[in-house]
Amino acid sequence: MVYLTRKAEFSASHVYHNPDFSLEENRRIFGKCNNPNGHGHNYLLEVTVKGEVDQHSGFVVDLKQLKEIMQREVLDAMDHRFLNKEVPEFMHQIPTTENLAIVVWQRLAPKLTKAALHRVRVYETPDLFVDFYGEA
Amino acid sequence: MAKHDTPDLGLTEIKRSNESEQMKAYLSRRYRFSASHRLNSASLSIAENQSIYGKCNNPYGHGHNYTLEVTLSGNVDRQTGMVCNLVELDRFIEREVLARYDRENLNTLEEFNQEVPTTENLCIQIYDLVHRGFTHAHLETVRIEETMMNSFEYWGAAKPLF
Repeated sequence: MVYLTRKAEFSASHVYHNPDFSLEENRRIFGKCNNPNGHGHNYLLEVTVKGEVDQHSGFVVDLKQLKEIMQREVLDAMDHRFLNKEVPEFMHQIPTTENLAIVVWQRLAPKLTKAALHRVRVYETPDLFVDFYGEA
Repeated sequence: MAKHDTPDLGLTEIKRSNESEQMKAYLSRRYRFSASHRLNSASLSIAENQSIYGKCNNPYGHGHNYTLEVTLSGNVDRQTGMVCNLVELDRFIEREVLARYDRENLNTLEEFNQEVPTTENLCIQIYDLVHRGFTHAHLETVRIEETMMNSFEYWGAAKPLF
């Protein structure tokens, strides 16, 4: 089994706010991330796929295809967007880094045919990142 | 749209928790602290200490800018979207770890009375501190970069994920 990791960067804004909570609770739980007009990050995405090396191509996965899938499913949808309003998944869940990693997984997993998705890592900042392995 | 008077953020309703929808994620957070140490074992001779620890045995010690990486896991709470509250984690690490080690000489601390303050042992100490004291998520691993070239990782009794 060989693991291959491809990185991509995107910039987006978000706000953490749960309408089920009072304004005070939102402020207490989410702190600065609850500032009403949102704020942004330069996200770094790391997608790791795994598989056996193909005898003929020497590839685990066609990197060009993986790049295209990441571009179409994630970057086109999220780069330079306001996640809460422009990404449908975040109309009903808070766009935390945890949920972002899960959503990226859910978008990519069905599109990968040859190699299997192993891990999605999303860096919100260089000092905060989340890993999701598809564990439910 | 909202029960409370909230700005128009495009959030209509947050999905309720559902057992079948539980997703487990791993959250990693990095912190920095600076400290000095000297590697010297009381159970070894002067010559042995010098031979084993080299420069790290120099008599007056030396310092590093350490980077601490803490990884916690848990199911993502539907209401908050979080494995655990980052503000609480930061507060805990600040109070229990950074306040204890930042700008200190590790050799003078109680836990390194008997043990050599290698970064291996520091990893284990910090793992135990976080494992005992921070109960809002499951501690997976503590990783410390001593320099950009060296890093150490302790997983407790668990099997590493990689």
